[in-house]
Amino acid sequence: MRPIRPTGLSGCRRSAGASDSISTHSARHRRGFSTYAEKRVVAWGAPWGLAVIDTLRLTAEEAAGLLERNEVSGEELTQAYLDAIDERDAELHAYLHVVGEKGKGVPLAHKDLITTKGIPTTAGSKILEGYVPVFDSTVAAHCKEAGLPILGKTNMDEFAMGSSTENSAYGPSHNPWDPTRVPGGSSGGSAAAVAGGLAPWALGSDTGGSIKQPAALCGLVGLRPTYGTVSRYGIVAFASSLDQVGPITKTVRDNARLYEIIAGRDPCDSTTVDLPAPVEIPSAEDLKGIRVGVPRELNEAEGIERGVAEQVQKAIALAEQLGAEVGETTLPRSVDFGLACYYLVAPAEASSNLARYDGVRYGYRTPNNGDLTALYERTRWEGFGAEPKRRILIGTYALSAGYFEAYYGQAQKVRTVIAQEHAAAFESFDLLISPTSPTVAFKLGEKAENPLAMYLSDLLTIPSNMAGLPGLSIPCGLSEGLPVGLQLIGPEFSENLLFRAGHALERAIGFDPVPERLRG
Amino acid sequence: MAELEPVIGLEIHVQLKTRTKMFCRCENIWGDDGNTRTCPICLAHPGTLPVPNKKAIEWTVKLGVALGCEIAPRALFHRKHYWYPDLPKGYQISQYDVPLCSAGRFVLPTEEGDRAIGIVRAHLEEDAAKTVHVGGVGGRIAGAEHSLVDFNRGGTPLVEIVTEPDVRSPEEARRFLQLLRQTVVELGISDAEMEKGSLRCDANVSLREPGAEFRTKTELKNMNSFKFVADGIAAELARQRAVYESGGEITQDTLHYDPATGRVAPLRSKEYADDYRYFPEPDLVPVEPPQEMIEAARRELGELPGARIRLLEAEIGFELASGLVTSGRDDLYARVPGDRRVVANVLMNQFAASGVDPANVNAEELGKLIEAREAIPRAAFADALAASGNGEFSADRYLAEAAISDASELDPVIERVLEANEAQVASFKAGKEGVLGYLVGQVMRETGGKANPKVVNERLREKLRA
Amino acid sequence: MSISREDVLHVAKLARLEIPEDQIEAVRAELGAILGAVGKVSELDLSDVEPTSHPLDLVNVWAEDEPRPSLSREAALANAPDPADGAFRVPAVGGGE
Repeated sequence: MRPIRPTGLSGCRRSAGASDSISTHSARHRRGFSTYAEKRVVAWGAPWGLAVIDTLRLTAEEAAGLLERNEVSGEELTQAYLDAIDERDAELHAYLHVVGEKGKGVPLAHKDLITTKGIPTTAGSKILEGYVPVFDSTVAAHCKEAGLPILGKTNMDEFAMGSSTENSAYGPSHNPWDPTRVPGGSSGGSAAAVAGGLAPWALGSDTGGSIKQPAALCGLVGLRPTYGTVSRYGIVAFASSLDQVGPITKTVRDNARLYEIIAGRDPCDSTTVDLPAPVEIPSAEDLKGIRVGVPRELNEAEGIERGVAEQVQKAIALAEQLGAEVGETTLPRSVDFGLACYYLVAPAEASSNLARYDGVRYGYRTPNNGDLTALYERTRWEGFGAEPKRRILIGTYALSAGYFEAYYGQAQKVRTVIAQEHAAAFESFDLLISPTSPTVAFKLGEKAENPLAMYLSDLLTIPSNMAGLPGLSIPCGLSEGLPVGLQLIGPEFSENLLFRAGHALERAIGFDPVPERLRG
Repeated sequence: MAELEPVIGLEIHVQLKTRTKMFCRCENIWGDDGNTRTCPICLAHPGTLPVPNKKAIEWTVKLGVALGCEIAPRALFHRKHYWYPDLPKGYQISQYDVPLCSAGRFVLPTEEGDRAIGIVRAHLEEDAAKTVHVGGVGGRIAGAEHSLVDFNRGGTPLVEIVTEPDVRSPEEARRFLQLLRQTVVELGISDAEMEKGSLRCDANVSLREPGAEFRTKTELKNMNSFKFVADGIAAELARQRAVYESGGEITQDTLHYDPATGRVAPLRSKEYADDYRYFPEPDLVPVEPPQEMIEAARRELGELPGARIRLLEAEIGFELASGLVTSGRDDLYARVPGDRRVVANVLMNQFAASGVDPANVNAEELGKLIEAREAIPRAAFADALAASGNGEFSADRYLAEAAISDASELDPVIERVLEANEAQVASFKAGKEGVLGYLVGQVMRETGGKANPKVVNERLREKLRA
Repeated sequence: MSISREDVLHVAKLARLEIPEDQIEAVRAELGAILGAVGKVSELDLSDVEPTSHPLDLVNVWAEDEPRPSLSREAALANAPDPADGAFRVPAVGGGE
């Protein structure tokens, strides 16, 4: 186990080998709030009286500090991001719609399935092209109340179906670490925006792993919350019993802050509950007393790249060093049957949730005239992309007479088994740990033509999702120069524990979330 | 061929008169301008979610208790999928295999005794919106150019009641429906008016040899009055008999009753049978009706109309008892003094024709009026009834118009008329009885039409005989 | 797993998707492959396992019968592809279903 070596301010250490990378991030944090970013702001902005804000590096916490101390105004802050968007979004295509609201708080990007009143909301689909909501989602309303101006709406796989944003009807987003590669999905636009310095933080949504996986691929922190802790009212629905909105951020503390703003029971969403305890912004830097389980099946699954496995193993060893009690555990059938279970339940619910897109009340309507049936059939065939159509057909089949018991009915039982296996594991452990994604970011086009291959991206994120459990992905290192994500899974309502463990590991690992190629 | 008996099951939809819709808080009132009582939820905008109306659940439990049902310890909402512009989500939130109420029993009193009609279930769901077809004939679908959808009504709470196939005649179906309607109205949960669509009824109809296996049934729709329900069922039974008699088979069709022609005809048959693809509604959590809710429903039940028919029957016979109770007039009946049968008759006939709300009537005054009914000209009596619902209604005003029946008042007039018409008197005494009519007429004229013609007739005869 | 062309057309009808004639075969093959993969769930004997229809243990979530303001007609029709006479216009349902 290699010791952590603190370095100076001169920049990140370049990795010697493919799987070797420690950054200077930890050193900055140890100095507290007089951070590198602030120094740059003050020192280099002075001649013109303008603040030069390094949006690549600035965390939301730091931005809040700047605003609080009036070192930077809300307008300047938003303008800095707008400038960055001008500079880099042509390449990254993180945004579908730039708003650039100016306000007092730290600006925020919303995944484009988050309904925002008066601002186009497309869910990455042509069938909602031009749709402008007349109401706010609860999540957007909470952010508004917290004073967070909207930077814009980010790109995504259509209706949240995908793991790369290649299913967006508006073109894919690109990974800021390597623009020839995908940023992950379906919240790829949000991840690309934060990693690319085009937003200090962002909201995404996660159904099968759509926050955790893009966070992993882009070197960011992503939280998929406990099902029911964040309102789905106004979130364009994909799979109702799985969808959750969550934060994508540069640091765990930022993530906790944003989660606090959006979480809580909503009378407009009957499936929400209040948090049993307030959100705690983490500060502890050890893992003493925390029992960490390493499920065999999640860590040794077929398809996990060697480089990914190595980084995760290092992180696990680090956890032990930080005081965690690490032990092996098992989820006997959850991984083996998780994908099949998910790709029955989610499409079934999706086929139902997408039935409202019929060209009658909003959105795209086919120009090809015909009777009512033709209106439906052509609007939907023309308006939906390939993946939604695929899933609608699978889902409809799974729910149809004669097939319900064998497919949807059976999948809901597998779900119970998965929940039981996780509960059993949590009898001996407080957290479970694994890679988030089997691979690092893959090349655009590599999996796009093969749906089943694309589905495998979710192999490790799906099981805990099926059980409604929260998961936090934090970057733990680089493999082939690309970020590797570490997944922490906890029992229901264990976000504080996830934040605590994630923060301690983050500090110890010292990963620099600014993509190497963009570091100045 | 052995005698076939009708096998009839009914499916009734009752619109609840809650203040808000079933899954959103838009006001539950229509007749307003189209699309002015909608919101993103009942328009099925992306991302919207349903939140159930607590009152609708309470009232469904109340109805279930009144129907003798078991209230489910744990009920689920399900999604029922089909495609129509008035169904904005592409599915209706309804209930499937775990409804709120099941296994009930509705007792329908008849002259021959009580008929127990089994209630399979009563469940809660949301109503569809309203589609108007433009360009066709009479607003019907056939030949329409396009349709206009108004979502004001979309999302209204609806209770669907399904009976066992226990009904045995069109008349029984009608009586059942009327009594059910009265029950629902007395529970205060719906106005249940068939003409306005807040009570709807479809029938499942078949025939069989008594005690033998059930045969194929047809579904009969579009009957929007009690009479049409009975007529429609009768027409379908006749059609099925004819088919069987000619050696044919009944196919499972959905049929439309057309009151204009009295015929039943198939709705355009669909290429694909409906596969509703039911699954539990993931946006809603299960309903476990609290014990307190069920007990409150039981406590507040009061005496149901069916039971009251039997109580009244002893006084006035079944027909009148049943009529009074199912028309909501038995409470007034109990309050109006006077001969029981007479009062019952007037309430069921002349009073019914007046359209006055029984709740508004001063029973004492009405009693007085009814007692004097024979003395009052028919027109005046009708006017009086029409006014009986007004606040200051008093019978006296109308009694003053009562035909003069008092002999002491009439005698002087009769004397005068006899004196003035000696020739007719002589004619009568000579055997020409017809002349009496003329003399009665004269007395009527003298009294300005106010004399009681019967009394005048008798009195004249007496005097003429003398 | 193999599904028939009829199955595909049937499901497409249920889902109101008009698959172009020249794509039906490709869709058929793809669906068959995916269904084959997800059919894996039937390998488990779960006859005494309850299905999970809701992840949380919540029951009885409802709202009081108190009205909230509705949208103006304008707002309701704001996104309509074919508003007419204050309503949503659609072609007639006529023609074969």
